[in-house]
Amino acid sequence: MVAKQLSVFIENRQGRLGEVLAVLKENGVNILSLSLADTTEYGLLRLIVNDSQLGKEMLSKEGFSTIVSDVLVVKIDHKCGSLQGLLTILSKENINVEYMYGLSLDGDQASVVIKTSHPEKAMEILKAQKISTLTNEDLKDM
Amino acid sequence: MIWSKNETLSRAEIEKIQLERLIETINRVYEKVAPYREKMDKAGVKPTDIKSLQDLSKLPFVTKQDLRDNYPYGLFAVPTNEIVRIHASSGTTGKPTVVGYTQKDLEVWTECVSRIACMGGAKKEDIAQICFGYGMFTGALGLHYGLEKIGASIVPSSTGNSEKQIMYMKDFGTTLLVATPSYALRLAEVAREIGVDPKKDLKVKIGLVGSELLTDAMRQEMYKAWGEDMLVTSNYGMSELMGPGVSGECEYLDGMHINEDFFIPEIINPETGEVLPEGEKGELVITCISKEALPLIRYRTKDITRLIYEPCKCGRTFVRMENLSGRSDDMLKIRGVNVFPSQIEEVILSFSELGPHYEIIVEREGYNDKLSIRVELVSSTDSFAVLENLSKKVRNKLKTILGLDCKVMLESPNTLQRFEGKAKRIRDLRSK
Ligand SMILES: [Zn+2]
Repeated sequence: MVAKQLSVFIENRQGRLGEVLAVLKENGVNILSLSLADTTEYGLLRLIVNDSQLGKEMLSKEGFSTIVSDVLVVKIDHKCGSLQGLLTILSKENINVEYMYGLSLDGDQASVVIKTSHPEKAMEILKAQKISTLTNEDLKDM
Repeated sequence: MIWSKNETLSRAEIEKIQLERLIETINRVYEKVAPYREKMDKAGVKPTDIKSLQDLSKLPFVTKQDLRDNYPYGLFAVPTNEIVRIHASSGTTGKPTVVGYTQKDLEVWTECVSRIACMGGAKKEDIAQICFGYGMFTGALGLHYGLEKIGASIVPSSTGNSEKQIMYMKDFGTTLLVATPSYALRLAEVAREIGVDPKKDLKVKIGLVGSELLTDAMRQEMYKAWGEDMLVTSNYGMSELMGPGVSGECEYLDGMHINEDFFIPEIINPETGEVLPEGEKGELVITCISKEALPLIRYRTKDITRLIYEPCKCGRTFVRMENLSGRSDDMLKIRGVNVFPSQIEEVILSFSELGPHYEIIVEREGYNDKLSIRVELVSSTDSFAVLENLSKKVRNKLKTILGLDCKVMLESPNTLQRFEGKAKRIRDLRSK
C-alpha cells in the first residue's frame, strides 16, 4: 500500500490557503507535511495528512477542488548522498520523479514524499532494495 | 410527415403569397392603426409604395418599445370585441407587452405549431407532456393546441413538482416532452434521483424544446440524459409575433424552417439597420403577414441568426434560420470583433473538466480591450502540467471560435455567482 497525498487547487486570492487550513483543523485532520507551489494565477497545495479521505470530503463540501493521489513516503538516513542513491535506483528502473518534498519524522529519521510514475511498481523496487516506505496506515497513527 | 402542402411550395409560389399578404397587411395597418400611420408618414412611405417584396425595406422598424409605448392595445388592428385571447410577456422592467388574438389568429397559430411539431417528429400516437408554464406565457398553450390538432394526447402538466412530472411520464407512457432545454435536463436529473432511469424506464423519444437557446453542447447533454435515440428539435417564436410556431427544426437538425406563408424574415445589421445580403449573419426582423389582431411590421427580434435558402433534405422549401447565435443586446464588441456569450458558453461546455458557470470580463488596457474568462474547475489534479494544458486548450479553442485571444482563469467550484433568473455573466469594465 502506497501513501496518499491530498491536493487542493487554490486560486491566488487573499486568504484561500488559510481557509483550507481552517477546514482541516476544524475536522481534526492533522497535517504532517505540505508543499505549496504556485504560478501567477493559481496554486496547488499538496498535503500529507493523517486522514486524506476525511480531508478530501470536508474540503469538497466547502467547495474546494481536491484529489487524493498515490505517492511514496520513503525513509532516508540523515546522511550525505542518501537521497541521490534513492533517485538513482528509481531512475535505473525508468521510474520518473515528478516532484518531491520533505517530511520529518521523530528522532534521527527523515523522509521524502515522492510523486512518481507507477507508484506501486516503484514501491516494489524499493522494497527489493530493503528501503522502507511509509504506508497510509502508518500515516494514520501520526 | 409534412403537415401542410404550403411547406413544399416553390420559391416563386411562396413569394407570390407573401407579396399578396404583405400588401393587404400594410394597407390594413395604415388604415386602422394610428401609430403605424404616423410612423409611415414620418418615413415618407405610403401603402402604394409597396409593390414588391424588396419594398419591405422602405418601411420603418417596430420594436418592443413601440409595444410598451402603446400599452396595452394601441397597436391592435381590430376592436377589442373581436379579440378572443390575450397573452402577455413579462418585461424585466415596467409594463409587460400585451398581445391579442382573433379567432382566426388562433387558428393560424395552431396551424403553425402543428407544422413545427410534425417537423420535430410528433404523430397522432404520441402522448405529449407539456412542461411549459401555463398562463400568460404563450409557450404552453401554443404547443398545446398545435399538438392536440395533430391528434396527440396532451398531458398539460405545466412546470414545477418535478417528481410528479416523472410519475406522469412513467404511468401515462409519455413519448413526447415539451420543455425548455434546461428544464428537460433538470427533469432527467430528478428522475435519476428518485431511481428512474430516463433511458430505460421512460418512453420519451421526442423532445420539442424552445423558449431558450439550444446550443450544440446542450443537445449533446440531452442525448446523454434521455438517450441517444431521442429526436431533440428546437423551435422558435415569441409572443409579440404569435408565440411558438414561427419556425422549427426538422429531423435533419440543420436550421429552423420559418413558416414563410405567415412570416417574412429579413436579416439586418443591428447597428445600421441595413438589410444584409443572403446568408450573412445579423439581427432577425420579422413581418407578420396574416395576423388580424397584432400584425407587427418589421419587428426587431434582437435575435442573431442567418438565413439558409438552400433546399433541405426533408423536402420542405421554407427558408431555414440557423440556430440562434445570441441576442444583439448581449453582443460584445471586443477589438472590433463581435462576440456572443453563447459562443464562449459552447466552448466551456465542451470541456468536462469545467463547470457550466462562467464570467466574462472585458477591460481596457491602454488602447486595447482585454478579454478574460473565469471558469470553475470541477475536476481535480495534483499536477501543474494538467492545469496548464487545460487552460491552454480552452484558450486555443476560444481563439479559434472567437478569433480573439483571451485569458482563462480557473477558479474553485462554487466561486462564481449563481443566478435563478436570467444569468448576468458579463462584466464590461471599459468606460463607455
Ligand atoms: Zn428540413
